[in-house]
Order: sequence, then C-alpha cells, then structure tokens
Amino acid sequence: MEQAIHALKELGPIVVHPVSYLWLIPAFPLLGAAVNALVGWKLQKVLGKWIVHWIAVGMMVLSLLVALVAFRDLWTLDPEHRFLQDTLWNLVSAGRLTVDLGFSLDPLSMMMVLIITFIGALIHVFSIGYMAEEPAYWRFFAYLNLFVFSMLLLVMGDNFVLMFFGWEGVGLCSYLLIAFWYTDPEKAAAGMKAFVVNRIGDFGFLAGLFMLFWALGGAWQQRTDVRGMDYAPQAGLEALAGARDAAESAALAPVVDLGEGRTLKIGPTLSFRELRDQIVVEKPVIPVREGTETKLVSVAEYLKSQRMWGFALVAVIGILLFVGAMGKSAQIPLYVWLPDAMAGPTPVSALIHAATMVTAGVYMVARLNFLFALSPTAMGWVAAIGALTAAFAATIGFFQYDIKKVLAYSTVSQLGFMFIGVGVGAYWAGAYHLLTHAFFKATLFLCSGSVILGCHHEQDMRKMGGLKKLMPVTALAYLAACWAIAGFPWASGFYSKDEILWKAFTSEHLALLGMPAPWLGPLIYVAGIVTATGTSFYMFRSYYMTFTGTYRGGAGHHDDHAAHGHGHDGGAPHESPLSITFVLVVLGAGAILAGLLGLPALWTHQPPALERWLEPSLTAEVRFAARPHSWEWVFQGIGVAAGAVGWVFARLLYKDGRSHVPIDLKKRFFGAWTVVYNKYYVDEAYHALVVRPSIFFAKFLSWFDQHVIDWLVNFAGWLTRFVANIDGAIDKYLVDGAVNLVASATIEGGRQIRRIQSGRIQTYLYGALAGALAVVLLNFLIQ
Amino acid sequence: MAHVSLTHFLVVGALLFCFGMITVATRRNAVGVLMGVELLLNAANVNFVAFNHYVVGGITGQIFALFVIVLAAAEAAVGLAIVLGIFQTFKTIDVRVADVMRE
Repeated sequence: MEQAIHALKELGPIVVHPVSYLWLIPAFPLLGAAVNALVGWKLQKVLGKWIVHWIAVGMMVLSLLVALVAFRDLWTLDPEHRFLQDTLWNLVSAGRLTVDLGFSLDPLSMMMVLIITFIGALIHVFSIGYMAEEPAYWRFFAYLNLFVFSMLLLVMGDNFVLMFFGWEGVGLCSYLLIAFWYTDPEKAAAGMKAFVVNRIGDFGFLAGLFMLFWALGGAWQQRTDVRGMDYAPQAGLEALAGARDAAESAALAPVVDLGEGRTLKIGPTLSFRELRDQIVVEKPVIPVREGTETKLVSVAEYLKSQRMWGFALVAVIGILLFVGAMGKSAQIPLYVWLPDAMAGPTPVSALIHAATMVTAGVYMVARLNFLFALSPTAMGWVAAIGALTAAFAATIGFFQYDIKKVLAYSTVSQLGFMFIGVGVGAYWAGAYHLLTHAFFKATLFLCSGSVILGCHHEQDMRKMGGLKKLMPVTALAYLAACWAIAGFPWASGFYSKDEILWKAFTSEHLALLGMPAPWLGPLIYVAGIVTATGTSFYMFRSYYMTFTGTYRGGAGHHDDHAAHGHGHDGGAPHESPLSITFVLVVLGAGAILAGLLGLPALWTHQPPALERWLEPSLTAEVRFAARPHSWEWVFQGIGVAAGAVGWVFARLLYKDGRSHVPIDLKKRFFGAWTVVYNKYYVDEAYHALVVRPSIFFAKFLSWFDQHVIDWLVNFAGWLTRFVANIDGAIDKYLVDGAVNLVASATIEGGRQIRRIQSGRIQTYLYGALAGALAVVLLNFLIQ
Repeated sequence: MAHVSLTHFLVVGALLFCFGMITVATRRNAVGVLMGVELLLNAANVNFVAFNHYVVGGITGQIFALFVIVLAAAEAAVGLAIVLGIFQTFKTIDVRVADVMRE
C-alpha cells in the first residue's frame, strides 16, 4: 500500500514565493470591523446608515481586489511553485517552537479566500437590504467584518496557531451573530449552545494538535537510542531549551540536506509548510533500531510506526483533529448547534452557517491531507461520520416546516457529503463540493431571507405558497439552487456530488479501527445515493411549498406587523429591493456556473479544472480502484435518477399544495412522523444526558461550595481570629509588661541612686578620697 | 648633724597634705576649710621646691611655687567672697547647711 501511495511521483519541499501584500486581505475587514465597532454608532447617528455599510462593503471589496491580485500572481507561477508567503513578524519563539504572524496562499487556501471574500462581499450587500430596519446596524456590520477577518485568518494563516486563532474567532463571531437579537432569550440561548458545542470540538482539535507536535519530536526525545548523522535529538529537540530569538530557534532545528541546494527542516513544528514538507519528502532521516541494527526511515514512516496506548498515533491524531472539525462543521454528534443557529439573521446563516465557517472543518482536513492519508483508520472514521451525518440530517429535513430549518439540516447533510469526499481521499472533490455548496447554499439561504422579508418575518412554509408570481427573481434563484443541490446535470452540485460518490465507491484506502474495510466505500456510496434522493425531495418540497400554489399567509398576521410599524406597503408579500435580488441573481448564476470548474474527465478527457488547480496543495496519493469508464456513466445515471426520484415525489406530493397525500401519510405514520419531526429527540436526549447532569453537577458543586468550602473558609477565619487573640494577649501582657518593667526599674533605680547626691561637699570629698584610695590599692593588688 | 635629703622634704610635704586634707574634710567652718586648702597648696609648694633643688636644678620649681602662692592668694580672695555669700544667704558659714543644690 505504501508503494501505491508514494511511488507515483517524488515530492520536494515547497518553494516559497515571497510577497508582501497578503496581510492586506485580512487587514481590510479587520479595519472595517474596528471602525464600525468603535465609532459606528456615532457615524450612524450623525451621517446615517449608508456610511456604515459603505465602510463594511468597501472593505470587503478591497479585500476581494487584493485577493484577486494574489490569484493573478499565483496563476502566473508554475503549478509546482504556487505558494505565496508573507511573513510579518515573529510571534513566539520558545526553543524549537517558532510561530510567525505569517500568511500563505496555496491553491487550496486561494480557493477559500476567493469564496470568503466574493460570497462574503455579496452577502454584505444583501445585508444592506435585509437589515435596513435594524437599529444596531453598525453592530451587525462590525460583527460581519470581524467574522470575515477571522475566517481569512483561519484559511490564510501559515501555522496552526493562526489557524486556531481564526478558528476561535469565527466561533466567537458565530456566537455574537446568532445571538445578535440577544434580547430574545431563545436566540441568546442558541448562541450559547453554538459556542459551548464548538468548544467541545475545539478541545479535540487542540488535543490532536498537541499530540501531533509531541509526535513530531517530543516522542523522540524520550528515545535515548536515537542518534544519527543528520539528527541529534538531544541538541535539537529540547522544545524548551533556551533560544532567545527566532533565528536562534530556527538554528536549533535539525536540517536535512536534500541536495541541489534544497534543505528540509524536521522535528516538531506548527507551520503547515514545514509539516507538509517533512511528511511528504521521502528521505530516510530518522534512525530506528530494529533488533541489532539501526536503519533510517522517513518521517512519514516513523509517524506511522508510532503507537500510543496500543493505538496508531496518526489515527489518534487524525480522529482528534476531526473531532474539532465535527464541532465546527456540525457533524454527528456535535451537529446540534447548527439548526439552532438559524436564530441569527439570515445573511449570517448564509455566510457563516452555510458558505464559510462550517466548511472550516472540511478545509482543515483537506489542508492536512498528507497527514490524514497516513492513517486509513482516521480517514475511514471521517468518511463514515460524514456519511452517517449526511443521511441522518437529510431525514430530519423531510418534515420541517421552518424554511430555514430545512436549509440548516440540508447544510449539515451537505457537510457530511464533503467529509465523505475528504474522508475517502478525494480531497479535491470534497473541496469542490465545498465551493459549489458555498454558492448554492448561500443562494438558498439568501432566497429564504428574501422570502422571510417579503412575508414579513414569517418562516413557516405552511403560511407561504404561491410566491412565484409575487417574487419572481427570488423564485428563479431558489429553483436554480435547488437544481444544483439536487444534483441534476449542468448545475454545479451534480459534478461535485457525483465525483464524491464515485470516489467513495471506488475507494480502497479506508479502514476501521486498524482493519482494512473495502466494504466501507460502497456502503458509503449507498448512503450517499439515498441521501441524494432525500436531498432532492426535501429541497423541492420546500420550493413547492414556498413558491407554488396559493398564498396561505393570513391577513391578520400582516396587520400585526403593520401595527408594529413594520413599514411595508400592505399585507401582500412583495419582491425584495434591488440590493437583494442582485445578489440572488449573481449567486444563483454562480450556483450553476461553478459546475464549469469541475467538468468530469469522462466528458472532456482531461482532469477537471479545479482538480488541476488544487493538485499542488493536495499531495496525498490515495489508492482508488480502477473501474471501466462505462461504470462511471452508469453511476452518473444513478445519481441523476436518485435526484429525479426525489424531485418526482416532491412534485407529486407538494406541488401547488393540492395533494392530500402528505396529510394522509402523516396521519398513517404519525408516530414515526413525530419522531422525525422532533429531530429524533436528539436535543431532548442531549438535554437529559448532558445538560441536566451538568446542571445537577453544578448545583451539587454550588452546595459543596456553600457548605464545605465556605465552612472551611469560615473555619480558617475563626482560627485566624483565635490565634490573633492569643497573640494580642501575649503582646499586651508579655511584651508590654517587659517594656514597662524596664521603665519602672529605671525609675526605681534612679530614685535609689539620687540619695548619693547629698549636696554636701565634704561627703563628695570622702567619695573622691575613697576612689583614689581604691585606685591605689588596686594598683598594688594588680602588681 | 644628719644630712637633710629629698625624702625629708617629701615627708614634710606629705604630712602637710594630710593635715590639709583632714582639715578640708572635717572642718564645718568654711574659713577653716579654706585654710585647709592653703595647707594643701603649700604641701605642693614644698614638693615643687624640693624636686627643683634635688632633681631638676635651675629655678623652674621655685617660679612654680611663686605662681602657686599667687594662685593661693587669689583663691583665698574668691573663697572668702563665696564664704561671705554663704553667710549672707544662710546666716552661718557651716558648710553642711549649704546643700540646697542637691535637688
């Protein structure tokens, strides 16, 4: 298997192309966030809301322009050398650990940056129309810009520390934006839930990170038998040995000469580039003792041979890192926060909870493809969780009535698809689905936002219907995105989903718990196809319920809103303003056209454009079974058929709202319907199994604090007072007594001695004589 | 006739000193005390002159003795003035009465 992975081509270390403007990309949104956060309220009051969104959108556009410049620069380089690096300054140097504030762009992060800045800018524009009524307009845009900054830091940071900083930053912004309307306790609680669940994932991420750092060097340090020409662990690996600055720290790293003037740094590192180089470069550098003889192995081989508590160390690292991805990218069992996150404003759902932040986990796995490829077990785990999540979330989506909830579960499900892609080793396909999903899901969310706005903040699809005539642009964009997500040809989703499922079927790399599992790929494929059917069904269900038939919203409902001063003309739903429809059209077009990037090799006889673009970043070679081309045609047909089946059912059951079958079926299977409608009671289960025990434990600790800790504290206080009293008595009677005794003894002594001074001159003379006599006598005595 | 030596002079001086000391220490009459002081000074004079004659030579000791005689005259004048002051204050010249400065 190693042969298959490594024999194909020899990889060298990355050749860095230094540039000096990359920092501008995240700096612009940060500036916008700072301005709006610090003086936005004043600007808004004095100048009006336009200044706030001009700042925010302007910064996004500037950021996008710099990103495009970077893209041009990257494009003009050789594919092998596409790596822009911009190191600003050193953040931390401690022994072998060097962390720079440095940004890097390779094809993968370039793709992410373009998604973030382009879709981000469009969603900023959308927000102008959507949040027009919001008093805290400036706060919203400050958060949005801060989010974009954090996200850019996450994808552009050239080391784990910056990535983690961005990782936490997007979590924070997600929390702030979900709980944007914090006066509503439900929304504030949703924000907290997202934050807490994400923290659990972050714990896994951090643990994996520490373990990786340890595995890269700390583990060797314990091996006293490790010696080598190129490698002196005692000198090189003392992670806390004194190094005063970055240069000294870098000098401590063991460096291997690769010839042709190229060198390779090995040992513990937090930099993605150094990590990638030392794992992919196949140079035997680490001495390992086997029996009596010592032989050199490569870093990758060494990592693969390491075990911890009987588990393969790379598998543990991969799975822990994936736990972080589970939290951020809403995979079972940590997906529960994402549906609740829909409490936030809809542009937030589109930007954070569909297009960008939730894909951070997928990005991270794709970024570390070389690491995950070392462990088939970790990859099998990723793919299996992805497939399970995809299918599970899709079924919940079937019966939701809240349009945003449908989209939320759809997002969870599509993220599962991406993890299938990166899990089976089709990293480019996973990244491609990330791209297409960003377009079509952003379109869907923004359309839902447009609908919600048009229907006066109504989210229940049962109270919609017939909006196609009233909101033609929104309906068209929604239909285009449904087309894409359902996986019909000539729309982007088809290409990405098809590639993922094909690669899943042919995957031969997966393993579960260390056992090779060739059956896992086809099984994931079946789950994926079933999910694709379901996806098509619930998406078209939502389309038909929302846009066809007759409008079911009540008139009284609108009067309520009119009474709230909701300034719209009359009660009927209406098309949204231009700033919204413009964005919908652009994104809807993107949802279709993004397919051009991934036209399958089967059609064009050359690798898809995006695959070629991403190739330098995704170096891991994973083995896939060779299958005849005719199979691929068949699988594409099956994929389309699955989507068609879902579409036909949705059309039969929900078109124009005329069919009574859904209601009959609901009555017939009411028990099952209730379970699915209530999301399998997962939230309730969490509440019973995690939240309530936590609260109980907290209450117990509170009791413990009040009764035991406080008692101890009070006892300590009493004891101190007691000792102080004793001390006071000693001071008062013993010390003061001694002082007074000295004083009174002196007085008494003086009183006695003063008698000598009689005032009689002759008495004194006797004294003097006696003294003189004594001196004389003494003189005689001494002699 | 026995030879008169330094020792004889010193013995006379010592006797004079002892008498003077006894007089100063025991007399209650202030004038008597002053007279005792004169004896003490003359005991010193005897020693000066004797040491000059037997040991040093020259006239230094004799000059010193003259100085002491002058000093004794001055001392007697000041002392008698003090005695007069005591008498005016205490109506007596008993030295044991004049003890008011002890406090």
